[in-house]
This record gives sequence, structure tokens and C-alpha cells, in this order.
Amino acid sequence: MISSLSILLFFQLAGEVIVRGLQLPVPGPVIGMLLLFLALLLREGPNEALRETSQNLLQHLSLLFIPAGTGIMLHFHRVADEWVALLLSLLLSTLATLIVTAVVMKLLQKPATGASS
Amino acid sequence: MSPQLNELWVYLAASPLLGLTITLLAYQLALWLYRHSNMHPLANPVLIAVSILVLLLTLTATSYQTYFDGAQFVHFLLGPATVALAIPLYTQFRRVKAMLLPIIGGLLAGSLTAAFSAIAVARLFEASLPTQLSLAPKSVTTPIAMGIAERIGGIPSLTAVLVIATGILGAVGGRYVFNALRIHDPAIRGFAIGIASHGIGTARAFQVNEQSGAFAALAMGLNGALTALLLPLLLGLG
Repeated sequence: MISSLSILLFFQLAGEVIVRGLQLPVPGPVIGMLLLFLALLLREGPNEALRETSQNLLQHLSLLFIPAGTGIMLHFHRVADEWVALLLSLLLSTLATLIVTAVVMKLLQKPATGASS
Repeated sequence: MSPQLNELWVYLAASPLLGLTITLLAYQLALWLYRHSNMHPLANPVLIAVSILVLLLTLTATSYQTYFDGAQFVHFLLGPATVALAIPLYTQFRRVKAMLLPIIGGLLAGSLTAAFSAIAVARLFEASLPTQLSLAPKSVTTPIAMGIAERIGGIPSLTAVLVIATGILGAVGGRYVFNALRIHDPAIRGFAIGIASHGIGTARAFQVNEQSGAFAALAMGLNGALTALLLPLLLGLG
């Protein structure tokens, strides 16, 4: 577990260094994720320990959201002032995203599975 | 409070131990409730744990800063967890090659819709600029979304809250939307819910169908990476 945690932290660190060095507009851990993904492609997959550690970490992903979510305390005023805009934006945008993604995929899937390919 | 109790409280309130412990306890309680509600989407563990903590901190007049001094140790793990998303991404990568075109199309269309429809509706209802920018990465998994919000001039902690709300909305509503559209392919259903509702949608999709869950995890990873790359550029911050 320590060695797999070291791997994750190492790729995060590498991501942070690249982001700062090249002044990329992307969070460091995202670059770390892409680097690890590339490394996995080259190495033909993670070993058992890394697979297990990441599974444990991702299984409790909800826990990791809690400290940030509790930050809503700091925004009671903003939420109270703008709740109509916030609520409608979340509702309509989530609905639109579900519909657009699913419909576009369905339209693109048909020719691919049909005679054209 | 008696002087002794008062002394104890002063010690506890100043130590990171308390913030860390109550975060873990609130999570366990929330998880227990979630499981006993048959994993009803409205009994979302994050929603419950955050409500408990906000109530507790407000009642004890503890500042968020004091709480976060302890909770930051949990918060820190979002970084390695983001890196760990590479593993489901890799595991699914081989299976999805056959669906490459619909995946790329759905990813681009869904990702842009998620960000810009949120900004457009918020602007229509005259939300302030920081609020609009905090809404933009709302469909992206929290660790990435907070990083994006910081980059584009939103408020990361507000974004975290909006991300969680979006996750719950998509997890609850997804099945009704797909049924109305007559879309039954579990791969497409999973992918769309992963784009719109990140980790919370993914957790939900895994409960319904394993293929759905795998595609949701893939969508969550791809959308996180794409939004992080594109959004700052499209908003003219690159």
C-alpha cells in the first residue's frame, strides 16, 4: 500500500511540476492522471497492489468531498441571494447535458455498427 | 461550562484532531444511513455528512477555518485520488475502442453543453460573474472542478458544493431522462451520466449495471481532463 501510495503521490508531484513549469491552465493532479495512464499503457497495466490501493481510495471518494462540501458555510449569503439562478442553472444544465450526450452518442453509434464499417 | 470542560474545549478546538475525527464520524454515520435507505440517491452520504458537520460547527460557533485545519488531511487525498482515476481509465480503455467515435462525439458535445449551458442559464438569471464561473465546472469530479474554478476565477469551495448538487440531480433524474429518450444501451446511459454527474453518477451507475458503471467511470475521467484543458482556453484565460 505504501509503495502504491508513493506511485500516486509521485505522479501527482510530477504533474504539479509540469503545470508550474509550463504554466499550464490545468490542475496538477490531472496531468498526473494522464501521465500515469500513459505509464500504464506502456507497462501493460497496473500491478495488483496499485489496483487495490486505487480501488480503496476511489471507493471512499465520497469521504474526500466532505471537507470541501462543508465550505458551503462560507457561502450561505451567496446561495441565499442567488438561489433561483443556481437552482435553475443546475437543473437545466444537468438535464441538457444528459440529453445531448446520450443523443449524440446514439446518432454516431448507428453508422458505426451498420454497413458503413 | 465548568472551567475544566472549558479548558478541554479550548484544547480540542485548537487541535486538528477534532476536525479530522468529526469528518470521519459524520461520514460513517452518513454511510450507515445511506445503506439502510437501500442506497436511495437522496440519502447521498456527502449531503448527509455535510449537513451534520455544518449543523455541528454552527451550534458550537466553530469557524470553517478551524474545522478545515483538521479536515485538510482528508481533503489532501483528493489529489492522489484524481491520479488514481488513471486505473479505471486504463481498465476500460481496451473495451471502449470499438465505441471510439460515439465516445469522442458524446464527450465533446456533453462536456461543452455542461459548462456553457450552466453559464448561460446563470447569466440569464443575472447571477454574479464569480457565481457563473463557479458553476462552469459543475459536471466535473470535485478535485478537478475545484482546480478549474480556481484557474478561471470562480470560488473553489462554492464549486465543490455545486458539483455535489449536480451529482445528486443526475443520479436521481438520469433513468427517467434515458427512458423518455428510449435509450436503453447501458454503455450510452452510463457514459452520459458520467459526463453530467461525475463520481456520484458513476457510483449510481455501478449499482444498476456493471457496463454502465465502467462507461460512467471512463466518462468522468475523460470529462475531467477535457474540461480542465479546454475551459480555461475557451474562457480566454489560456
